[in-house]
Amino acid sequence: MKYVIVGYSVAAVNAITAIRESDKTGEITVISNEDQLYSRPLISYYLAGKLKKDKIGFTSKDFEKDMKITVLYGAEAVKIETKSRHVELNNKKKLPYDRLLVCTGGSPIKIPVDGLKDGLKGVFTFTKLADAKELEKYIEKNKLKEAVILGGGLIGMKAAEALLGKKMKFKILDIADRLLANTFDKEASALLEEKLKANGCEFLKETTIKKVIAKAGKIEDLVLSSGKKLKAKLLIMAVGVRPEISLVKGTPITAGRGIIVDSRMETGVPGVFSAGDCAEGLEFLSGKGAVIAIWPTAAKQGKVAGHNMAGVKDVFTGSFAMNSVEILGVPSISFGITNPKEDGYEVLKKSADGKYKKIVIKDNKLVGVILVNCIERAGIYGLLIKEKLDVFGLKKELLTDDFGFLLLPTDFRKHFVTGEGTEV
Amino acid sequence: MKRIEINEEYCLGCRLCEVHCVTAHSKSKDIIKTFKSEGFKPLVDSCIAFEKCGYTTFALQCRHCHDAPCIEACLTSAMYRDKEGTVLHDKDKCVGCWMCIMVCPFGVIKPDFKNKRVASKCDLCGDRETPACVEHCPNEAIKLKK
Repeated sequence: MKYVIVGYSVAAVNAITAIRESDKTGEITVISNEDQLYSRPLISYYLAGKLKKDKIGFTSKDFEKDMKITVLYGAEAVKIETKSRHVELNNKKKLPYDRLLVCTGGSPIKIPVDGLKDGLKGVFTFTKLADAKELEKYIEKNKLKEAVILGGGLIGMKAAEALLGKKMKFKILDIADRLLANTFDKEASALLEEKLKANGCEFLKETTIKKVIAKAGKIEDLVLSSGKKLKAKLLIMAVGVRPEISLVKGTPITAGRGIIVDSRMETGVPGVFSAGDCAEGLEFLSGKGAVIAIWPTAAKQGKVAGHNMAGVKDVFTGSFAMNSVEILGVPSISFGITNPKEDGYEVLKKSADGKYKKIVIKDNKLVGVILVNCIERAGIYGLLIKEKLDVFGLKKELLTDDFGFLLLPTDFRKHFVTGEGTEV
Repeated sequence: MKRIEINEEYCLGCRLCEVHCVTAHSKSKDIIKTFKSEGFKPLVDSCIAFEKCGYTTFALQCRHCHDAPCIEACLTSAMYRDKEGTVLHDKDKCVGCWMCIMVCPFGVIKPDFKNKRVASKCDLCGDRETPACVEHCPNEAIKLKK
């Protein structure tokens, strides 16, 4: 059996491990457009100087040797031929496959801004290790102490974390009225904004860039949507990420926002699988396909894809959005639907001593949670969402500080703590 | 592999499991030195999530799940499984991203916010034949599964 994997990050690593559980001899070739395997979310820790040397990886050192795989670093897949079953590389080389996994991840969204041209110095994206390395060099060379981050979402916050580690000051601009707008509400955001302010940084809400002014090929000033002018020698574009699906365009592999897959992570084309940030796997709460671009989902989907590629049946049972962000000593974790837009949701909140807890309930089931400064035992909330526990009589308990299993119905608790469900 | 099972009906709420858990993970392994000179706090630094509500109490530790979500979610492979199947945590690799805390359905991984890393996580007491919490539970509320 010949396996080809396009993209080499967490989904790929989990797929490879899963394939090797049953198929010890099949030929596995990985196409990576990077020059090393590393953990993307760690780039902020790398830039902040919080990583020990060579600790940016997330596998054992001998992973490639142990798994007997060939990794083509610095290679780009340019075409998939589903009929003749091969992948073409940028050097015209053709790799035949019996099973193909497309796990190409995401790429930063570019938005058109007046005056923002490719090659303009001082403008960076922040998703790859190369971005972090270039950014580091640029900051040092120009002795920069300040920056502007466009986008207060996850990537923006990651960039903020990194810059704080470099003792830099920054302004975050976002079109929304709050930070982490996809998950946070105004109350949760306020706790972060307060901290940013105390550290000499600022969040400019409902603000975007109207024009970029450059001098000698270097970024110099920004004209904001408010009309104000802002000095900016460093601009980090953190508008968001979209699934990288250009490889499947023009092939019979169908894609919406991401590549469409079934519960086995197989696309509409037999033998071709997809997983991770580029795939539309099952979203647990809606029961529909959606791109959930988070590490744990990519790991799980990769594992399921790997099993099925090797002929061992495995099913992806769905996941929902969740994330953990800590900035300036304020840890936060969120799950599911945190800002319901339609009717039919019940929202409970508790806010005291710099802690914030928000619970979102639909049809007596927990569907969303925000925890700021009180993330201990957060995973139990995730369990309640997954298990669709009826929380009708538990609403007060869900908000308490010492929330735990003892506050849950005896049957439920015993199943998980002392009974059948003691291990997942 | 060792497996610990707990029984809330037998738990007296004495929290000796926590005291002995911390002692077993200290340098000296001596109960007095652990808390007096090594600076550990008996109820905070243990690998056990202790719960109390009214008269019911129990002490829960890592279940060492077969399909451990914490290993899947770990960004650095600080969380890993050893050859015996025990889920272990490498503090050197941990960056304190709290992904494990987000996905652990039992809520038994404790964060150390100050040092930005997972503070404690049950390791089944490594080479000890019987984990300290099991050995010192006076009422067999924490037992080794056979």
